[in-house]
Amino acid sequence: MKISLNWLRDWVDAGDDVPALAHALTMAGLEIEGVSAAGPKLPGVVVGEVKSVTKHPDAEKLNVCVVSTGKEEFQIVCGAPNVRVGMKAPLATIGAKLPGGMEIKRAKLRGVESFGMLCSARELAINEEASGLYDLPADLPAGQDLIEALGLDDTIFEVNLTPNRGDCMSVAGVAREVAAARATPLHAPEIKAVAATIQDAFPVRIDTGGSADAPVGCYKFVSRVVRGIRPNAAAPFWMQERLRRAGLRPISAVVDITNYVMLELGAPMHAYDLNRLSGGIQVRFAKQGESLKLLDGREITLTPDVLVIADERSILGMAGVMGGEDSGIGSDTVDVLFECAFFDPNDVAGRGRRYGLITDASQRFERGVDPQLQERAIERATHLLLDSAGGNAGPTVVTRASRSYPAAPAIRVRHSRIEHVLGVKIEAAIVQQLLTRLGMTVSGAAGEWQVTPPSWRFDIRIEEDLIEEVARLYGFDNIPEAPESGAHEVAPWTETRVRNERASDLLVDRGYQEAINYAFTDAAAQALLCPEPAIALSNPISAELAVMRVSLWPGLLAALGSNQRRQQPRVRLFEVGRRYSASAETEVIAGVAAGAALPEQWGSDARKVDFFDVKADVEALIALTGASDEFRFVAESHPALHPGQSARIYRGDRAVGWLGAVHPEHTKRLDLTYPVFVFEFETQAGLTAVVPQFEEISRYPAIRRDIASIVDEGLPVEAVRAVVEKSAGSLLKRLTVLSVYQGQQLQKGKKSIALGLQLQDTSRTLTDSEADALVAQVVEQLGRQLKATLRDQ
Amino acid sequence: MTDTVQALPALIDASRQEIAAATNLEDLEQIRVRLLGKKGSVTELLKSLGSMDPETRRTAGAKINEAKQTLTAALEERRAALEAERLAAQLAGDAVDVTLPGRGQTIGGLHPVTRVRRRIEQIFRNAGFEIADGPEIEDDWHNFTALNIPENHPARAMHDTFYFPDGRLLRTHTSPVQVRSMEQQKPPIRVVAPGRVYRSDSDMTHTPMFHQVEGLVVDEGITFANLKAVLHGFMRELFEKDVKMRLRPSYFPFTEPSAEVDISCVSCGGSGCRVCKQTGWVEVAGCGVVHPNVLKAVNIDPERYTGYAFGMGIDRLTMLRYNVNDIRLYFENDLRFLKQFA
Repeated sequence: MKISLNWLRDWVDAGDDVPALAHALTMAGLEIEGVSAAGPKLPGVVVGEVKSVTKHPDAEKLNVCVVSTGKEEFQIVCGAPNVRVGMKAPLATIGAKLPGGMEIKRAKLRGVESFGMLCSARELAINEEASGLYDLPADLPAGQDLIEALGLDDTIFEVNLTPNRGDCMSVAGVAREVAAARATPLHAPEIKAVAATIQDAFPVRIDTGGSADAPVGCYKFVSRVVRGIRPNAAAPFWMQERLRRAGLRPISAVVDITNYVMLELGAPMHAYDLNRLSGGIQVRFAKQGESLKLLDGREITLTPDVLVIADERSILGMAGVMGGEDSGIGSDTVDVLFECAFFDPNDVAGRGRRYGLITDASQRFERGVDPQLQERAIERATHLLLDSAGGNAGPTVVTRASRSYPAAPAIRVRHSRIEHVLGVKIEAAIVQQLLTRLGMTVSGAAGEWQVTPPSWRFDIRIEEDLIEEVARLYGFDNIPEAPESGAHEVAPWTETRVRNERASDLLVDRGYQEAINYAFTDAAAQALLCPEPAIALSNPISAELAVMRVSLWPGLLAALGSNQRRQQPRVRLFEVGRRYSASAETEVIAGVAAGAALPEQWGSDARKVDFFDVKADVEALIALTGASDEFRFVAESHPALHPGQSARIYRGDRAVGWLGAVHPEHTKRLDLTYPVFVFEFETQAGLTAVVPQFEEISRYPAIRRDIASIVDEGLPVEAVRAVVEKSAGSLLKRLTVLSVYQGQQLQKGKKSIALGLQLQDTSRTLTDSEADALVAQVVEQLGRQLKATLRDQ
Repeated sequence: MTDTVQALPALIDASRQEIAAATNLEDLEQIRVRLLGKKGSVTELLKSLGSMDPETRRTAGAKINEAKQTLTAALEERRAALEAERLAAQLAGDAVDVTLPGRGQTIGGLHPVTRVRRRIEQIFRNAGFEIADGPEIEDDWHNFTALNIPENHPARAMHDTFYFPDGRLLRTHTSPVQVRSMEQQKPPIRVVAPGRVYRSDSDMTHTPMFHQVEGLVVDEGITFANLKAVLHGFMRELFEKDVKMRLRPSYFPFTEPSAEVDISCVSCGGSGCRVCKQTGWVEVAGCGVVHPNVLKAVNIDPERYTGYAFGMGIDRLTMLRYNVNDIRLYFENDLRFLKQFA
């Protein structure tokens, strides 16, 4: 919200130190986001009066004018088509500097001397849209400094109001805060009642609150007829200027006045063309399906919780939000009906937003408008209208609902509670003083007060609301910093989980860079990789971010692609984040690897990353749990993965992740350099850890035996391991896969697997013959269960 | 025989020269064999002692033994020297260029936001806080209503909320974790909850997903003054600077009094720069005393217990900590960006 400092000064002594005022307001809770000058600095530019206009002897489009500054007259050559005798326009005298940097000098234009320049509003950086000479109000005195004459020596505060402070959405409201923050009196301009000169009134009925529990919506509707105004009259220049500074565009006297009164007092008003109304005004809730054509031309369908203003024929507007198209002020309006009503914030809040309407009126009404303000606002508006457009005013008519708006009850404030909440002792007299400054009525003794907030404060309902008021006026800076006393309870710190930090660090140490992707993604692109159902947002920001991810792969692959396109051929990325289904969000740790297995370096082959490089990374993650033997990799297919290089990861019987090469069709489609490996691993189920338990270290030597067995090429090594482990029993301490061979030396369809067995007993030295017997037993079982033969036989 | 003995000094001299001239261990060994081997000249002399008369044998024996010792010592000395030479030569051959880079895998790095999130967590853990967590897909109750933001509240308009067709939503802040923490445990409660949050906003300075950390303390006797102390301590530790802090009155429906937290600009120290828009202050958090309605919503007696809460944007703190100037870089995952934080 923009507030003119000059306007504010009509209401309160704001002092001369502008930065100090801005700081004081900010520290009282009205954040001043910006301080700017209302107009440019224009030294040497004055109000000029055009005394005569004659055609330039040598140029079709130029005029030679005599322009007076009251004391002196200058010959000025001017090209603007709207120049005329008697006009007041800005005159840049010799030596003046314009905002564009131009310095005015004596000049000759086609042989005629010019002693200055008549200016447009655009040339003076006052209005960027203007063209032609700036046609100044006729009553400005010639020769006066233009900035002064226009009142542009003003400062504009940009106030960032919090939504609880609807009462500050006006000059009066900000002035009240200045008065409270600086302990200075408020001097509100007097608003005198305007006596009625005609008896015309327009019937108004409030048709709400029929039963005791029905919402009232509108408690008070103040209206007034003004007849016979000059059609299409403009508001006075000073008012237009104030509206402009508040960011509003001047339109016509009637509309400008309603806006002016709203900005000044905080009471939104509406003006109807009396002759476009029929029957009488009716305030009621909309009927289901009723429609309204808005001022912006849209037609909307209303629901029964929307309060409306209607006449006999149709709905005139959505109460407290926006008027309708048909009954508004036009260029031919001569008879006006002013409305200034009090609407219950609860019956206005959110209604406009539902239809995408956030208006100056709705913002004020849904935060709460002082219910005692309407009569004054109508008097103010009537006075301003008669002044600027003439006419005759009827009496002010106040129509009330069947029930009156409940007055805010007094709130109990305990002195002890203030210290209890804030942690600082503020003297009772000061508390009382601070609350009084804010317009609160304070009664009762020190120690416990009864406080009644003023009618404009809708945000003060409970004791804490008042403690906050005391605190902000007392100054947050004056509240000390006090560390909490006492010891805290011991917080849980489990060893039964691998913390995400540890898992991330492990991947970082293995060369992965952490990525963070959006949790929403493109529906179609994701479905091609991971077809499980994704939940869609109702209001996505774009089609690319429309559904929640079901896997971290789409994001990681996109990041891989953009990096590859940026000349980063070797990419290892991981992310810790959630994937989402309709019923659950599951945290996973996922990764992608592509390019060389190792960073480019001397003395090593530039081998591309393969399945087993990435499997080692996943196995390292698994090893952090201390329970590697609970995990299995099972060849299963996944739509995103190469059918021959994909494994599902199981922990016991529970699937906890995937690992594999991205299907070549996908890498081609996504324009990725093949091969690309990905993994995804659930952190909850996958990273629970085992607390280690000590086992006796054997003092006896171990015996090593290697065997090479030939099996069908399709048989997984895992199956061989399982048989070996089972048949070797507890003496087998370690089993290592030494090599896997397939080739000419073997029968087609067969492969040879070499295993190293480390055998050891904890209570005695194992003999060679015992080891040989054990190996024989293993070989026999391999033969029986897997039809395996020994390679050297 | 005495001739032979008399010739010994000459033999010793000649042999010494020979030993000294030996350039490798093999030549030296040949010299040793020639002198002291089974058929070596000195050995032969010793063998000849048997045929001498006792008197001559005693004097000759002593001389010959002396010669043998002298030569043995000379051989040994030369052998040690040659071995040292050989080792030196071998070591010289083994020398590597120590300036060549090491081989193998190099480390990656954490995302800058994660780095700062971890710092935040650790600093608060050190201050006695636990880390809490909650769902990102939230219900209206936890995200709004329980936080004293009823339907139609103007504050809802400040949250550009992403909704799902079933009425659930993507949490717009980490504050719902406050509510969940209070539902799950009784006071004393001291938690911080970092995580992803979502708002339908995307431009130069906003991304539709970002990170916040929420803090909540509820106990007997907790005050606004305590809140000031913990926040200021945290800010000083996070930036490892003696930053100034000021609290500006503000409004959040779920705290009262509410404040925006400014710290003196970590970039210019408060003198005014681009980062603080010449104000000397940067806004880094929102905070306040927990609103009694929030405590009531989770059945905590606001007369007995008070609390404070705060929320901060981790992405923003990360920008300030590492001088990142564009928030959108966080989610582009450009390695040239990410690798700067390894």
